[in-house]
Amino acid sequence: MAHFFLHTLIGQVILTVLEALAVLVPLLLGVAYLTLAERKVMAAMQLRKGPNVNGPFGVLQAFADAIKMITKETVIPSGANRFLFLFAPFLTFSLAMVAWAVIPTNNGWAVANINVGILYLLAISSLGVYGILIAGWASNSKYAFLGGLRSAAQMVSYEVSIGLVIVSVLLAVGSLNLNDIVLAQRHVWFCLPMFPMFIVFFISALAETNRAPFDLPEGESELVAGFFVEYSALAFGLFFLGEYANMFLMSGMVSILFLGGWLPPVGLAPFTWIPGPLWLIAKILFCLFVFIWVRATFPRYRYDQLMRLGWKVFLPFSLVWMVLTAGFLLATGLLPQGGAS
Amino acid sequence: MTQIVFYVFATVLVLSAGMVVSARNPVHSVLFLILAFFNAAGLFLIAGAEFLAMILVIVYVGAVAVLFLFVVMMLDVRFTRMREGLQRYAPFGAAVGGVLFAELALAFGHWRIAANIADVPHLVPAPGRTNTAALGDVLYTHYVFLFEACGVVLLVAMIGAIVLTLRERPMGRRQNIDRQHERTAAESVEMMALPLGRGVAELGGFRRPDKSYYVASVPGSYGVTAEAVPQAAPAGDDRKGGLGQ
Repeated sequence: MAHFFLHTLIGQVILTVLEALAVLVPLLLGVAYLTLAERKVMAAMQLRKGPNVNGPFGVLQAFADAIKMITKETVIPSGANRFLFLFAPFLTFSLAMVAWAVIPTNNGWAVANINVGILYLLAISSLGVYGILIAGWASNSKYAFLGGLRSAAQMVSYEVSIGLVIVSVLLAVGSLNLNDIVLAQRHVWFCLPMFPMFIVFFISALAETNRAPFDLPEGESELVAGFFVEYSALAFGLFFLGEYANMFLMSGMVSILFLGGWLPPVGLAPFTWIPGPLWLIAKILFCLFVFIWVRATFPRYRYDQLMRLGWKVFLPFSLVWMVLTAGFLLATGLLPQGGAS
Repeated sequence: MTQIVFYVFATVLVLSAGMVVSARNPVHSVLFLILAFFNAAGLFLIAGAEFLAMILVIVYVGAVAVLFLFVVMMLDVRFTRMREGLQRYAPFGAAVGGVLFAELALAFGHWRIAANIADVPHLVPAPGRTNTAALGDVLYTHYVFLFEACGVVLLVAMIGAIVLTLRERPMGRRQNIDRQHERTAAESVEMMALPLGRGVAELGGFRRPDKSYYVASVPGSYGVTAEAVPQAAPAGDDRKGGLGQ
């Protein structure tokens, strides 16, 4: 049996599909309940009840929403580019899914444990902008177009600081492999020695996922709904799912880069009893809670302030921090001689 | 198996590269360009150069092509007018393309890998190094000056682009962020005790506090410090009435 799965082509294909399902099914369930959790948490923060009709505590609300979305009519605006109009949500959704191939959920547990895992994540997350840009253009609508342009500028800007933060982490790890990045945090999670970078990365993640307070691409007070103003039914649903799956992905990246991935906070008995994947899930859920908390707390940024923050504050700051990290590691002789894995 | 994948990537690469120049709509051209980049990255992956593949996607697809698309989408292109120029520019374009192709053919026709390449010590990766690490070993040791020179060239190009496009607009309503952060309630708000049933007009209207740096008579003086602004008469006129004059 083991031989069939590991050494024959058809067996490997089946194994890979099963592995992918093992990651994606929990992810999609998580996405469905994240939409509910967001409404519940924000309701609690605003002293409301939130969804409470469908099922106990409204737990069936997510499915009610899904059924509503699927059974609605898909409206394609006249003058829209049909192929690209329908391709954009599909692209956004599938990119949010494929990124999960490299996320390690335990020591060595990843669908693809590749050497350049972090670059793969960076590449996939930098592609996310295309779904939005294409949607904005193909809709043949001014609001959608403006939303798409805003989003492109915003995501490109914040990717720069995300890249520099990742470089600082990689300097301390000495490998681009996500598994190695987590293992390098056995003694101390990177969020402690690199606390400022942790904050910069988290805020950039908010901007990268177009979440409040950086949700300008869909700013409803100015652009109605921004890039997806013309979308309805399943196409809208795919954007929606893709956006929330991206939140999961960014939370996963924060957990892996700064919160020690699947590692327990202390390598002692009561903590090590809990299996690694549960730790990772707990960390991701914590990050997602902060995402929602931020949304309920902060007002939206103005566009020029957003650009100023990205280019004039985060970029110089993370650049200086990167140089300081390199200097510190070199001076103390802690610089890892990596790359042998 | 690898061969099939190679031919799939190569075919799509060549076809989409052809579509880049033949597509009628420039936005479609850029999208085909992106598809071409992707397939090139796929070819790199097959060749075992995973670092180059990822960098190609991150730099070209993730940044350069986004900006291309950004610009092309905002162009107001008249397709019929574009067709008009085609006849006139086609020979010129063909000539440039022909020269480039001839140069490439010449270069690759004489391309030979040195026989003793395996004897050059720094070009042979240490055993067990990943190819990312091996690339770094070579790039940051033996070729560090060339590498830095590339960086300087890019920096000069970047500064050049900024200098060429930067226009100083004389009196825009700019924010002075530092000045805004320095503001305190004391210099922004003034509490007035008003008698019941009577408006502020009798007391001289709304007043700006003494330290306020906004002078209504100077258009666009937001964010300008008090020293830079020509001081108007201290009597109520200029400082009365907030925005509207």
